[in-house]
Amino acid sequence: MPSSDLSEISRRNVLASGAAAAAISAVPRAADAQSATSTAPVPKAKIGLEVNGRHRELELDTRTTLLDALREHLQLTGTKKGCDHGQCGACTVIVNGQRINSCLSLAVMHQGDKVTTVEGLGTPEKQHPMQAAFVKHDGYQCGYCTPGQICSAVSVLDEIKRGIPSHVQADVAVRPAVTNAELRERMSGNICRCGAYSNILEAMEDVAGSHV
Amino acid sequence: MKPFTYERAKTPAEAAASVVRTPGAKFIAGGTNLLDLMKLQIETPAHLIDLQDLKLDRIETTSEGGLRIGALVSNTALSADARVRRDYAVLTRAIQAGASGQLRNKATTAGNLLQRTRCPYFYDTNQPCNKRLPGSGCAAIGGYSRQLGVIGTSDACIATYPGDMAVALRVLDATVETVAPDGETRSIPIAEFHRLWGNTPHIETSLQRGEIITAVTLPRPLGGVHVYEKVRDRASYAFALVSVAAVIQHDGTGRVAFGGVAPRPWRIEAAEASIPQGARAVTSQVFAGAKPTADNRFKLSLAERTLAAVMAEAKRA
Repeated sequence: MPSSDLSEISRRNVLASGAAAAAISAVPRAADAQSATSTAPVPKAKIGLEVNGRHRELELDTRTTLLDALREHLQLTGTKKGCDHGQCGACTVIVNGQRINSCLSLAVMHQGDKVTTVEGLGTPEKQHPMQAAFVKHDGYQCGYCTPGQICSAVSVLDEIKRGIPSHVQADVAVRPAVTNAELRERMSGNICRCGAYSNILEAMEDVAGSHV
Repeated sequence: MKPFTYERAKTPAEAAASVVRTPGAKFIAGGTNLLDLMKLQIETPAHLIDLQDLKLDRIETTSEGGLRIGALVSNTALSADARVRRDYAVLTRAIQAGASGQLRNKATTAGNLLQRTRCPYFYDTNQPCNKRLPGSGCAAIGGYSRQLGVIGTSDACIATYPGDMAVALRVLDATVETVAPDGETRSIPIAEFHRLWGNTPHIETSLQRGEIITAVTLPRPLGGVHVYEKVRDRASYAFALVSVAAVIQHDGTGRVAFGGVAPRPWRIEAAEASIPQGARAVTSQVFAGAKPTADNRFKLSLAERTLAAVMAEAKRA
């Protein structure tokens, strides 16, 4: 009995694996046939933009996001891809003075724009005050969200300085102030899975205190 | 994403003509919603017409004493405008209650009006959805519907219009200005801009093919106390379970619209006469005939309590 069960199982396995092998070999053929019929070349576009003060020319598949252009074509890998859907903020960069999610923007839409990434804010030798404050206050653990947090933090202080209102202001007709509640609200588009939020706020308050 | 060709239009008329001439063409402005949907292949345009050069990014005073907001004015710029903050604070508050700083910098006034629902079944391409694939059915009905609509929905779709800005525009009686491919312009009252789903939930607005939004106009300032209260699962950066936009006058009269509950900002003008009688008197009329699910029945009492909080805040102000 046991031996006949075993032989039954092994016969089934052989049949199943045979069918699977046939299926696998059929898939690439079908895919080849499909790609052979769609002969249209992938649309490309040329763009010129300024990244961290340097003019760059690129020819890109129109589908390329600003994030992928920075990381994959300009090798500026400081900017990170987290969710790729505008929910986490890891891809935050500063374009023409305003922070945006670079994952939700097409590179071809940035002809002539001025882009600043975390590499453009400062270098290990010459850090931006916000970068130095993140180090001083331990504003990170794994560091993956940090470039986006720093770009956002720099922009948040600038937005408060420019008087952009926020959800937590009691009176939106007056200028906002640098308060803990304001910084928390304004940084809500940057998620930190390690939970370094309180140290990020301390870093921001430190920079705001010496600049505002 | 599916491959697409790309152009930058110079004028609204040129953009409108191009979109009707090119199969599978779509407009793109801020792109914060469209690109998200393209990555998921919920939207698969073959051609994108970039509108950023249309010079529709100014806010001007109208001869009637209102404001004309260009279609491409960013959410941040609109909420920060001194005239909006002073005379239409409910709009500033609604915009600042939505999305994140990064998204508001890129998102436009017209794009915000046109954003798609965040129904999880619309987003999941493995599920039937009459909005994404007309005739395929609705997985939300009988599914997880905590976030979804309680009124104005249909047997084909129970999704909500997800935005905040339009709820404020509804209490302000805004008008959407458009131009058609033949150059014809028209003004659409915000009340008629978003459609109820009915049997055609894939048709979300009263815009015709190729018609392009050029501006949103606001009538003269209303005065009163402007409040926008949003209840959500997180303190910030989440869509509304229920939101209330209100303009309450010092004599106790006012206007009120609700977000997060229906296919469009939900305002029943006839119920506003009951504002001096309290929140329940209003919401019992505003939500008469509501069809909540077991998951989202709580939105009805939440709407009443949120309105009560808004009216108390207006009284204190």
